[in-house]
Amino acid sequence: MGILSYFRPKQQTSASVAKERLQVLVAYERNQRTQPEYLPQMQQEILAVIAKYVDVCTDDIQINLDEDCSILELNVTLPDKS
Amino acid sequence: MAEIIVVTSGKGGVGKTTSSAAIGTGLALKGFKTVLIDFDVGLRNLDLIMGCERRVVYDFVNVINKEATLNQALIRDKRTENLYILPASQTRDKDALSIEGVEAVLNELGESFDYIVCDSPAGIEKGAHLALYFADTAIVVTNPEVSSVRDSDRILGVLQSKSRKAEQGETVKEHLLLTRYNPSRVDAGEMLSVEDVKEILAIPLLGVIPESEAVLKASNQGVPVIMDSDSDAGQAYDDAIARFMGEDREHRFLNVERKGFLSRVFGRKG
Repeated sequence: MGILSYFRPKQQTSASVAKERLQVLVAYERNQRTQPEYLPQMQQEILAVIAKYVDVCTDDIQINLDEDCSILELNVTLPDKS
Repeated sequence: MAEIIVVTSGKGGVGKTTSSAAIGTGLALKGFKTVLIDFDVGLRNLDLIMGCERRVVYDFVNVINKEATLNQALIRDKRTENLYILPASQTRDKDALSIEGVEAVLNELGESFDYIVCDSPAGIEKGAHLALYFADTAIVVTNPEVSSVRDSDRILGVLQSKSRKAEQGETVKEHLLLTRYNPSRVDAGEMLSVEDVKEILAIPLLGVIPESEAVLKASNQGVPVIMDSDSDAGQAYDDAIARFMGEDREHRFLNVERKGFLSRVFGRKG
């Protein structure tokens, strides 16, 4: 440190990098925890059924359950008709 | 009925056993009849930290299997009145503890003790789960470091879904105990601050224990660090116990200590 540090652009400290990484990760993991255990399995099976009829891959399907498990939202991106 | 406290963390090596020893001793010093239980079957160490390793005859598993009575297995602490230790077994059988067995022992202890402090093993396997399952209160020991904070959040999730209280629709009371805190590294931006960890875990702060030479010195001698009342760590644990009892004490050791002229000249360690 010293006079030179005035001329360098201020770098993010490693502690603030750690905090940001943790905030993202912890939020994601908490969300995973609140999901029912059957969700990944169900997602696989629904995908298998859809894949029987249309050409989709795992990334094209999104399943969300709201917190009290009352609404199931299913999003499937169908391939472009060509 | 005794209050059951679990000292847990998920991650290993963050100071669970050191903290358990300090908390148990602190409660006993306040006059409460306290028992410390080591749940780390196969890797017991609480006996060493408490300095009673040569007095272990029977252990937790012996009591569960009815090979010994509780009174035979409990070790009375030689320094602190009202304090007893129930050591873990060194068996390699990881199924040595059963939920019914643990419950029976806790119920029996509950009749005569004020506090039961459960020193959890690391991880989220059976031993750790059993240590927290019956808890009324959890003290989550965390280091200001990414993997420890993540694992603490994970263990909070387990407390909120897989403890007996959670199954009964109640909540386990949660406390954060931040250990191995180094204020000068926090100032330099090299370590997560108390505020950072509090913000991420979002549970009330019980205490901050500074990284301290006194901890190793205490474990070398088999004396809980809270007995070293001249040390920063000892005083920080004492504050934490006072807060646990409802006292309002300001957090100390959060800022870098300014060294005096003499100690700077002679390089004396504070």
